[in-house]
Amino acid sequence: MKRHITLIVNGAPYQVAVEPYRYLVDVLRDDLGLTGTKKGCGHGHCGTCTVLVEGKAINSCLALAVDLDGGNITTIEGLASDGQWHGLQKAFVQEGAVQCGFCTPGIILMAKALLDENPTPTEPEVRAAIAGNICRCTGYAKVVKAILSAAQGR
Amino acid sequence: MRFDYLRPASLEEATAFLAREAGAQPLAGGTDLFPRIKDRLISPKYVVSLKGLPELQGMGPGGGGWRLGALTTIRAVETSPQMRQLYPILSQAAGTLGSVQVRNVATVGGNLCHAVPSADMVPPLLALDAQATLVGPQGKRSLPLEKFFLGPRLTALQPGELLMEVAWPPLPSRWGGVYIKLGHRQAMDLAIVGVAAVVALDAAGRCLDCRIGLGAVAPTPVRCRHAEAILRGEKVTPSALERAAEMGMGECQPIDDMRASRRYRCDMVKVLTRRALGQALEQAQRKGQG
Repeated sequence: MKRHITLIVNGAPYQVAVEPYRYLVDVLRDDLGLTGTKKGCGHGHCGTCTVLVEGKAINSCLALAVDLDGGNITTIEGLASDGQWHGLQKAFVQEGAVQCGFCTPGIILMAKALLDENPTPTEPEVRAAIAGNICRCTGYAKVVKAILSAAQGR
Repeated sequence: MRFDYLRPASLEEATAFLAREAGAQPLAGGTDLFPRIKDRLISPKYVVSLKGLPELQGMGPGGGGWRLGALTTIRAVETSPQMRQLYPILSQAAGTLGSVQVRNVATVGGNLCHAVPSADMVPPLLALDAQATLVGPQGKRSLPLEKFFLGPRLTALQPGELLMEVAWPPLPSRWGGVYIKLGHRQAMDLAIVGVAAVVALDAAGRCLDCRIGLGAVAPTPVRCRHAEAILRGEKVTPSALERAAEMGMGECQPIDDMRASRRYRCDMVKVLTRRALGQALEQAQRKGQG
């Protein structure tokens, strides 16, 4: 039986009816049409489903939508504002840190959470922060460079 | 993989429901529960969210030592300025678990109650001489954390019981402690061997107390009491550390699995026990100076 919940996504309230066993990643993608958040392993290993809940990075494949009723969620769609990319998005493009792009939304959100907490991270701190985000394409060097560059740009 | 969901308004409601319904699983962070449901290892009929229950929350001083509510996230333990200052062995261990995304929701209670032999929070809590307080329809009871673990994924929790908190007594002022986690990767790995060591010194630099907790090398996390006894009351010399490490190796019963062989684990218990004791000792010695 579906439950009626409210999810505040990127500042906008969405009222949805969801079965209690559905995970946030699926509700975001299938019910709200916000497909920027990707599905990878479904088990909390790869980080492609990373979103921010109350500003904290979580794996949305392991978050029950009903358990987050009333919560504030930030997805990749919420980063740009007034038609302008977020500094992290610009840096990723400028530094060539995007290849297939599948890991990118999750990694950028994780980086945002890092920079919100620690605006001047060291390289080891950046690497530790993105340890839960797998990238099969880039080898991480340009991803790390992009995050450090975005940090300097602030 | 379909289940119903409840969020009880009180601890009493939660424990009563869990006691009544054999098909109900408690939900804290969900980072171990949901992968198991998705893999069809378990098929609960109900998931009972413990979110917001005040009795399971909070961390702070208690009984002269410290208490940690079961719902405390691993990330909170990792980053709390108080924890990092007072019990760095715990915040350090917390930082070895999973990823930031996992640590933001995973809880101390979940790590303990899922009782995987390699659970990272357990060896340090054993080394702090922690007690576990359980709460159920019959009320509260406490037991030494060592007695909480009965086997892989098997705990002393009775139907309807939840882990409420862990707490540990104060330590002598001159103490040091570390958790060393051996893994194939720098993150996102289960421990091949986990060693926690706490060493406390008296004013003369002799070992007042020593505790060694091992994870991933027996059906449950264990204390190496024979190894500890070698150091207690003695001046800690390199040869004493060597003997304690050797004894620690004898107190584990690891298995062969895809991560490592039994033989390698035994060897690493000795190496890492010696290393952990050495680092804990150095920390304690630094506290006596200046």
